[in-house]
Amino acid sequence: MARIVGGVTTSHIPAIGNAMTERLEGTPYWKRFFDGYEPVKAWLAEVNPDVAVVVYNDHGLNFFLNNIPTFALGCADRYDNADEGWGLKTLASFEGDAQFSWHIAESLIEQQIDIATCQEMLVDHGFVVPMALMWRHLPKWPVKAIPLAVNTVQHPIPTARRCYTLGKALRKAIESYPEDLKVVIFGTGGMSHQLQGERAGLINVDYDLKTMDSVIEDPEWLASQSTAEIIENAGTEGVEVIMWLVMRGALDDRVNVVHKHYHTPISNTGAGVLVLENAHA
Amino acid sequence: MAWRKHEYDEIPGTYVFDGKTAHRAYGLNKLLFSFNNEANRAEFARDKAAYADKYGLTPEQKKALLEDDFLTLLRLGANIYYLAKLAVPRGFSVQDAGAAFQGITTEEFKAALMAKGQGLVERLERRGGYWNG
Repeated sequence: MARIVGGVTTSHIPAIGNAMTERLEGTPYWKRFFDGYEPVKAWLAEVNPDVAVVVYNDHGLNFFLNNIPTFALGCADRYDNADEGWGLKTLASFEGDAQFSWHIAESLIEQQIDIATCQEMLVDHGFVVPMALMWRHLPKWPVKAIPLAVNTVQHPIPTARRCYTLGKALRKAIESYPEDLKVVIFGTGGMSHQLQGERAGLINVDYDLKTMDSVIEDPEWLASQSTAEIIENAGTEGVEVIMWLVMRGALDDRVNVVHKHYHTPISNTGAGVLVLENAHA
Repeated sequence: MAWRKHEYDEIPGTYVFDGKTAHRAYGLNKLLFSFNNEANRAEFARDKAAYADKYGLTPEQKKALLEDDFLTLLRLGANIYYLAKLAVPRGFSVQDAGAAFQGITTEEFKAALMAKGQGLVERLERRGGYWNG
């Protein structure tokens, strides 16, 4: 049976992608941020997952405003990165696992989570930056990838509570798959940032640190917040942090913290990294 | 017929991209989305006004587009991620855009961001449990 080896949270902002392309990891501005990923990479090498389920939001590459699914699952054998107009380097394609994806889709829908299915899905920086953060040092992506896109772009977006519920259903979906696969879940996005309006530049360290503690010990705190509350505290783009709850919902109520890292600013953003394992793994 | 009111409408300096905004700025965002394609970016660069007309922009939207007036574009309904497809290829960073939204210089905007990280390492040490190099 497939099993979840753990969950990781990470920011996915384009500036990180550019920094990796330009090899700025060792520069004073970036060093502390990137150094904090070395323990994550070491953990991934140790647990050696077969599949990564990447929870992210599309920023207007695959989905235009004519058609915005609240939740969408990649159900393809391959996912391509492409020009999204931001000048980012296009990275190598990702191998999918269509049979596993369709199993997840069926299981989610049986559990009343009516997710959209995509047989073609371009993946943007929200997906690609986390993959590169973890595995750019390798000659090829060492895992199959399954993109799970959450609408955080055009409101109404799903509530934090709904993301947490999706995570719980995702766990059942993964653990009911008959193949012996090790699965890691990436909850990407956040933390606090607001790119737009006169309030642009918002970074809320207090709220970010409280959110990290909540995701570890008390997911109910974040899951209980309204979209407006999260926007007020974390910014219009910081609302992406609801996607961490998809990852968190897929783990036990009690988790062990393998790694906890926070840095700010990176570009306009607070960046939080967690590696969590089930307490009874 | 009415647009629903939201708690987030009251947050100052914040333009939440919801149905009301997406509806009135559909053409503008469709134009911005087209910049995923290099050929479209080049076509826009050759004749911006004609490109705006092709997507049926309102006179207000067109004026703001031609003047790189990001705050007005935002107020007229541009989605920030889509607006970046206009700004970034034309040499504006997200910090330039943020500074323009606030009416300050990019240097001032960046300095305010850097200030957010001051004392962070000591603070995380006091809090405990964080990786710190």
